[in-house]
Amino acid sequence: MYEFEYHRPTNLDDAAKMLGNEDAKLVAGGMTLIPTLKLRLAKPSDLVDLAALSQLKGITEEGDAVVIGAMTRHADVNRSPVVQRAIPALAQMAGMIGDPAVRNRGTIGGSIANNDPAADYPAAVVALNATVRTNKREIAADNFFTGLFETALEPGEIVTAVKFPKVATANYQKFRNPASRYAIVGVFVTKTLAGVRVAVSGAGSCVFRQSEMEQALGRSFTPDAIKDIKQPQDGLNSDIHASAEYRAHLVTVMARRAVAACA
Amino acid sequence: MAEGSIGQPIRRREDYRFLTGQGTYTDDINRPGQAYAYILRSPHANAGINRIDTSAAASAPRVVAVFTGKDMAADEIGGLPCGWLVNSKDGSPMKEPPHPVLALDRVRHVGDPVAVVIAESLGQARDAAEKIDVDYTIEPAVVDPAAALQPGAPQVWEQAPGNLCYDWALGDAGAVDAAFKGAAKTVSLDLVNNRLVPNAMEPRAAIGEYDRATGEHTLYTTSQNPHVIRLLMGAFVLHLPESKLRVVAPDVGGGFGSKIFHYAEEAIVTWAAPKVRRPVKWIAERSESFMSDAHGRDHVTHVDLALDAQNKFTALRVSTVANMGAYLSTFATCVPTYLYGTLLAGTYTTPAVYVETKAVFTHTVPVDAYRGAGRPEATFLLERIVDVAADELGIDPAELRRKNFIPANAFPYQTPVALQYDSGDYQSTLELALKAADYAGFEARRQEAGRRGKYRGIGLATYIEACGIAPSAVVGSLGARAGLFEAATVRVHPTGSVTILTGSHQHGQGHETTFAQLVADQLGIPIESIEIVHGDTAKIPYGMGTYGSRSLAVGGTAIVKAMDKIIAKGRKIAAHLLEASEADIEFKDGKFSVAGTDRSKSFGEIALTAYVPHNFPHEELEPGLDETAFYDPKNFTYPSGAHIAEIEIDPDTGRVEIVNFTASDDFGRIINPMIVAGQVHGGLAQGIGQALLEGCVYDKSTGQLLTGSYNDYAMPRADDLPSFSLSTHVTLCTHNPLGVKGCGEAGAIGAPAAIANALVDALRPLGIKHVEMPATPERLWRAIQQHQPRAAAD
Repeated sequence: MYEFEYHRPTNLDDAAKMLGNEDAKLVAGGMTLIPTLKLRLAKPSDLVDLAALSQLKGITEEGDAVVIGAMTRHADVNRSPVVQRAIPALAQMAGMIGDPAVRNRGTIGGSIANNDPAADYPAAVVALNATVRTNKREIAADNFFTGLFETALEPGEIVTAVKFPKVATANYQKFRNPASRYAIVGVFVTKTLAGVRVAVSGAGSCVFRQSEMEQALGRSFTPDAIKDIKQPQDGLNSDIHASAEYRAHLVTVMARRAVAACA
Repeated sequence: MAEGSIGQPIRRREDYRFLTGQGTYTDDINRPGQAYAYILRSPHANAGINRIDTSAAASAPRVVAVFTGKDMAADEIGGLPCGWLVNSKDGSPMKEPPHPVLALDRVRHVGDPVAVVIAESLGQARDAAEKIDVDYTIEPAVVDPAAALQPGAPQVWEQAPGNLCYDWALGDAGAVDAAFKGAAKTVSLDLVNNRLVPNAMEPRAAIGEYDRATGEHTLYTTSQNPHVIRLLMGAFVLHLPESKLRVVAPDVGGGFGSKIFHYAEEAIVTWAAPKVRRPVKWIAERSESFMSDAHGRDHVTHVDLALDAQNKFTALRVSTVANMGAYLSTFATCVPTYLYGTLLAGTYTTPAVYVETKAVFTHTVPVDAYRGAGRPEATFLLERIVDVAADELGIDPAELRRKNFIPANAFPYQTPVALQYDSGDYQSTLELALKAADYAGFEARRQEAGRRGKYRGIGLATYIEACGIAPSAVVGSLGARAGLFEAATVRVHPTGSVTILTGSHQHGQGHETTFAQLVADQLGIPIESIEIVHGDTAKIPYGMGTYGSRSLAVGGTAIVKAMDKIIAKGRKIAAHLLEASEADIEFKDGKFSVAGTDRSKSFGEIALTAYVPHNFPHEELEPGLDETAFYDPKNFTYPSGAHIAEIEIDPDTGRVEIVNFTASDDFGRIINPMIVAGQVHGGLAQGIGQALLEGCVYDKSTGQLLTGSYNDYAMPRADDLPSFSLSTHVTLCTHNPLGVKGCGEAGAIGAPAAIANALVDALRPLGIKHVEMPATPERLWRAIQQHQPRAAAD
C-alpha cells in the first residue's frame, strides 16, 4: 500500500474533522478498504479509523425499532438475541455475509457506506425500510443508496447507526458467487402492515426495489404470485460468473424462495 | 517398539511445527543486510517494448538498483531452459523459442517480467517500480489454444509459424483406422479440459545471497526439487558450477506441480545479489501468483471410440490441442504427450490407440504440470467417452467398463501406447466403490430427488496413472533431458540415532512421518530416533525432487537401498563382534544375532562400534556407518481406482450439490493410511474444483487475465465438498521392494470425470450429452433451459 497518515479519533467531531483532509478515508472493519489499499487501487492521504469510537458499537431496542451502531460487526448482529427476536431475518442475513473472518471484522456501517453492488446489507436496509443515522441527519433507506458504490452521504458525513423497524415476516435469499461468495443475486423480502418490500442486491449496479413483485405480493403473499414475474435484464450486471439474463432469472427464483421461507 | 509401524496411521510429526506457526518458510528467512526485489510485470498480453526508462526509479528514495533484460543480456545470462525435447510426428524437433529471464524486446503475456527494482523495503521497491516508464506498442493477442492454430491468428513467435510448437503422435494410426472401419459402433465427443491456476497456499518466494569470501551463491526458494533448480539455473542460466551454488528449499506450503519449475525470479535474485552486494528477497503477492505461476491443463480435444458387436473397445482415436502459453516452462512439453498419450489405454484392453497432440503457443502464462499432469486429461476424455458409449448403447456404464477391463490375471500388461502395467485389479476397486456407493440402490434415490424437484445423477470413473516417475533410460529415449532416479543417505550416528538425507522434497506430503515409519520398521529403532532431512543441496547428496507421486516409490526405495547397505555392513561388524560367520548373522527387530543362538548385538551397539572401532575388522571394513544409494526405477508404478460421484442439480439455479463421493483406490502397499487419506482428500478437492468451480479465464480480445484473484477464481472450500467415502484395495507394485505405487495425484485424476459423468447422468432425461468444466451454475442452468422445450415436446 501507499503511505498515509493514520488517525484513531475518540470522538465523532474529531473524526469528521479528520475526514475533511484531502483524500481522507474512513476505515471501519476494513474488509474492502484494506485489500484495496494492499492492491494499491486507492491512495488516501489519511486513514481515519473509527475503531475507538465505542459509541458507534452495539445493538439497542428503541420502542418498535432496533438500532445497530455503525461499528457493530456482522457476527454480533448475527448472534444478537435482540436482533434474533425482533428481526430474525436480519440476524440470518448477517450470518450469510462473506466468511467467518469477514463477519468478525466487517461492520454494518462500513458495508452500507461502501455500497458494494453485491453486498448483502443494502438489501436488508432497503427491504426493512430502515433509517440511516449519521453525524448530521437521518436518511431513509430508499434515499440512501444512490448508485454504484454511491450513497447520499456528503463529504464529512459519517454513518453512526442504522435504525430498523421490527419486522417479523421477512427473509433473505442469496445466490452466492462461487468465488467471492458475494451475492450474484440477493433478495430480501419483508411483509408489514405498510405493505411488502422486495429489495434486490447483486443483480444491478445498486440495490433496487422490485415494485412489480411488491405489488403482486401485496395482493397475495405467496411464491406463486410472483413466479411469472420476469425481472427486466436491462441494466443488470453481466460478468464471467453470471449474465444479465441469468441474474434476472435468479431474482425471481430467490424472491420466490424468500416468500416461501416467510411462511 | 517400532515393529509394525508400517500400515499404522501415525500422526504427522511435522504438524506440530506447522500448526504452531514454527515452520520455516522462505519468507521466514531473513538474511543480514537483505534488500527487497519487486518485479515490474507486463500489463499487456502482446506488446513490443520500444524503450524502458528506469532513471526516475533508480533515483527514487532508498532504491538500491534497477535492472532490465538488457542488463542480464550484458552479463550473458541464459534463458530459462525446457527440460524435455518432444519431436513432431515428421521427426522434426519442437520449436523452442528463447525464454529470457526478463523480457527483452517484447512481452508475451500479462505478468511477463520486465524489470526488477531492488530497494531497502518492498514498499519502496514498489513505489519506484511505478516510476519505470515502459513504452509499449500493444498488438493483438491470442489466448485460446484452438484459436491460436487458426489462419491469421496473432503469432507468438516468429520461430513457430502458426503458433505450433510441435505436432506429436503416438500409436498405430493404421490399426486404429482399420478398427474404425470394422466397428459395430463408434462414438465421438468434443471436450475442453479447462485451464487451472495451481494456487499453492504459500506463494512463491526466493532469496539470493552471495558470499564474497567463498564465492558461494545461495538461493532459498519455494521449490519441489532444489537440486533440479541448481542444475538448471547453474548450468543454463547463470553459468555457475554446482560447487558454488547452494539451493535451499525449506518448508514449502504446497506445490501441486507449480513449484517444480525453474522460474525467472530465482535467477533474478541469485544474479542480482552479488551485483548489489546484498541478499535480495522476493515474495510473490497472490496477484503475481495468478499471473506468473505455471498454469495447468488447457486442452481442446476430439475423441472417437470404436466398439465391436460385443461392446468391446476396439480402437481409440484422440486429437488434442494443448496450450503451452507464451514460453516453454520446464516440463511443459512432456505433459500433453508422454504423460498423457501413454495413458490412453486406461484400464481397458483397447488394442489400438492413436493420439496426436498439437502444442501451441499463446499469449498466456506458461502451462506446465499441475497435480496429475496429463493423466487427469487422459482420464477425463477416456471416462467421458466410455460413458457416452454406454449411453448410446443403452447399457450400464459399470457393465461396459467391466466388459473392457484388463483382467486381474493379465499382468504384466503391455498397452498399445508404450507402457507396461505391472499390476492392478480394476474390477475389484470398481466393485468396492459400487458397493460403498450403493450403486444398485441409485434409481430409488433418483426418483426421490425428482419428487423434490432435483435432478440426481451418479457417475463413475476408473483411472490408471503412471507414477513413480521414472525409469531414466526410458524417459531419456523419449526426450527427457534429465534422469529421474532418486538418492538417499542413511547416516547412523554413534549412539544409534539416524539421520535420513533424502532427495525427495516435502511440501505437504508428510514424508517426515512416512519415511520415518519405513526406517523404524526396517532398522527396528524408534521413530523418535529418526530425523528426515531434505531440501538443501548442501546437505543432501543429490535429488530429483517430488512430483508425479514419486517420493515413496522412488525416494523411499532409495532409502531402503541405503538401509540395505547399512544392514549389510552391520552384519559384517556383528559377525566380527560375535565371532561368527557373516552368513550366520540375522538382522531382525533391531538386533544382529547369530542364527540359532541367543547371542546378539543391538543396532545401537553396532553403530557405536562403527564409530569407536576399538574392536573392529579394520582389514575388511572402513569405520563409520553412513551409506548412500541412488535408485533408478525399473518401470513406472500404476496406481488405479474407481471413483463414484452422486450429485443433485437444482434446476432453478443450476447449482450442484455433491451428495456422495466414493473413492476406491489401489496405491499398492500403504505405509500410513491417515496420510494417504489426506492425500486423496486434497486431490479430490482439486479434482472437484476443476469439475465444478475452477476455470482460468482470459479475455479473448485483450489477453487480460479475468480470473486474477479469488474474487473471480473459484477455489473449492470445505463446504463445497462432501464427506468422502474412501477405501483401498491393494495389489503390490512388482518392481520396487516396498510394493508401493503412489497416491498424491489420484484424487485429481479420478474426480473430474466422475463428477462430469454424474452431471450428464442427472441431465440425461433432458437429452443433454455433455457439459463442459467447470460446470458452473449458469452453464448448467443454460443447458437445462436449452433442453427443456425439447424434453417437454418428447
